Amino acid sequence: MNRNLYDLLGLIAAVCFILALKGLSSPKSARRGNIIGAIGATLGTILVFWAPGGQHKNLLPILGAIAFGVLVGVPAARRIQMTQMPQLVALFNGVGGGAAALVSTVEYLRLGSDATTAKILATVFTVVVGCVSFSGSIITFLKLQEIMTTRPVVFPGGRFVIAATLAALLGSAGWVINSGGTKPLVIMGLLALAFGVLFVLPVGGADVPIVISLLNAFTGLTVAASGYVLQATLLIVAGTLVGASGTILTRLMAAAMGRSLFGTLFGAFTAKPQESSGATETRSVKSGSADDVAILLNYAQRVVIVPGFGLAVAQAQHTVRELADLLTSKGVDVAYGIHPVAGRMPGHMNVLLAEANVPYEQLVEMEEVNPTFPQTDVVLVVGANDVVNPAAKTTPGCPIYGMPILDVAQAGNVIFLKRSMRPGFAGIENELLYDAKTTLLFGDAKDSLTKVVSALKAL
Amino acid sequence: MSNGLALLSIFVLSVFVGFEVVAKVSTTLHTPLMSGANAIHGIILVGAISVASNATSTLSTALSIAAIILATINMVGGFVVTDRMLEMFKGKKKEVK
Repeated sequence: MNRNLYDLLGLIAAVCFILALKGLSSPKSARRGNIIGAIGATLGTILVFWAPGGQHKNLLPILGAIAFGVLVGVPAARRIQMTQMPQLVALFNGVGGGAAALVSTVEYLRLGSDATTAKILATVFTVVVGCVSFSGSIITFLKLQEIMTTRPVVFPGGRFVIAATLAALLGSAGWVINSGGTKPLVIMGLLALAFGVLFVLPVGGADVPIVISLLNAFTGLTVAASGYVLQATLLIVAGTLVGASGTILTRLMAAAMGRSLFGTLFGAFTAKPQESSGATETRSVKSGSADDVAILLNYAQRVVIVPGFGLAVAQAQHTVRELADLLTSKGVDVAYGIHPVAGRMPGHMNVLLAEANVPYEQLVEMEEVNPTFPQTDVVLVVGANDVVNPAAKTTPGCPIYGMPILDVAQAGNVIFLKRSMRPGFAGIENELLYDAKTTLLFGDAKDSLTKVVSALKAL
Repeated sequence: MSNGLALLSIFVLSVFVGFEVVAKVSTTLHTPLMSGANAIHGIILVGAISVASNATSTLSTALSIAAIILATINMVGGFVVTDRMLEMFKGKKKEVK
């Protein structure tokens, strides 16, 4: 293909990516934006087969590998439960980072001694950050899938191990830049993989979404750097767009959670082993039956439902809507109080409730719902914990301290639907559970809600 | 302008575009936006195909084929899962009608 035509079509693909991100920033155009992005990606991929000046070898293995990737990726994306989606995004991000590291490595091997200093630097950057993104994403996947503990993993002397790994990583990078060759590159890659693991291990469950978003931005930058190695404008534009927008998104997410980005990032260096409180909780809680809950709800003027990850796990979004509809038909004013980070990721609850066709007007964001709690008779907390935990305001030093919360304690009554007394994802005890106006209804969120609905119908 | 400098200019301008396009995103869309951006960096597939078609050794071929598989999963899976998320936002609008 003619070089100019090739570059022009590449430019169209790059514009598609800009429009895609722009579209994804607004609810009305989000889906169209995603499709425009997919069109851009398809165009770029088809185009590369006609790249001018290429040798076009290995056509069959390439097509086979693409087919295989589609066969793995599409079913995974289609079948995944919406509750497990954050970890799937983490996994996709990780493999993207790994791919970028491999691409730069191959190009580096091909160039050999022809590589310019700038290209060697870009290769080092891609391999280091790509490997960190890959192994870090795998750890976030394991944490979110609860294959490993969601609590921060901190071991004695951990920060020295991390500092030593980082020093060795920088040293090996210097080695690659100075003398070059395959062996230093492999050692550097392995050290970067180890660093990615050590970097994410001390991150607490509540901070994992921020880390995913950050690693996403990292992968974007590695793609841009490998674009430099390959002299491919499209990769530079797309990678940089993701890197820059991902950085902004990470900051927005950290702000929504009231976390300092710096604290999250460098938690690895400052984390101290936490002494676990050995004292078992013996204070009494007030637990009620589905009938008690139904009566409380029936005579309320205003009810706010606070959904959390427990609702998602129990797939109770349809049942909760049924309950809300029933209450509305009885003249009760019903709203959903949505914490920005309820669930496992910002906006996760909105996605789930949208799936259950909850009217958009009933979804009230935190800033708007908080002032209404004093006029609210009953708050129904369905499988949420950390986002209503007053410890975020009252206990300096606890992992969620400073995070804005839903002030449900201001309401007349608080009902918690919980599976057990186990603390939430962040692993902190919730004082509100022991409050006099709190009623607990133990059990699977969906079962409990179904019982409440039938009790309410019987009233 | 040298080629390197031209690419650097593209990089710097893209940084500012990237900052601007997402500056006003609402919390509701954080997750789909992250997922969509994630799919976009799957464009590394283009790089992977390019190195595979110019591979000089068996090792390079093997590594670049592995990169193609990983990048395809990233790109295709990313767009499909983002579409699934956004499909739900659309379903809600239908009911209003």
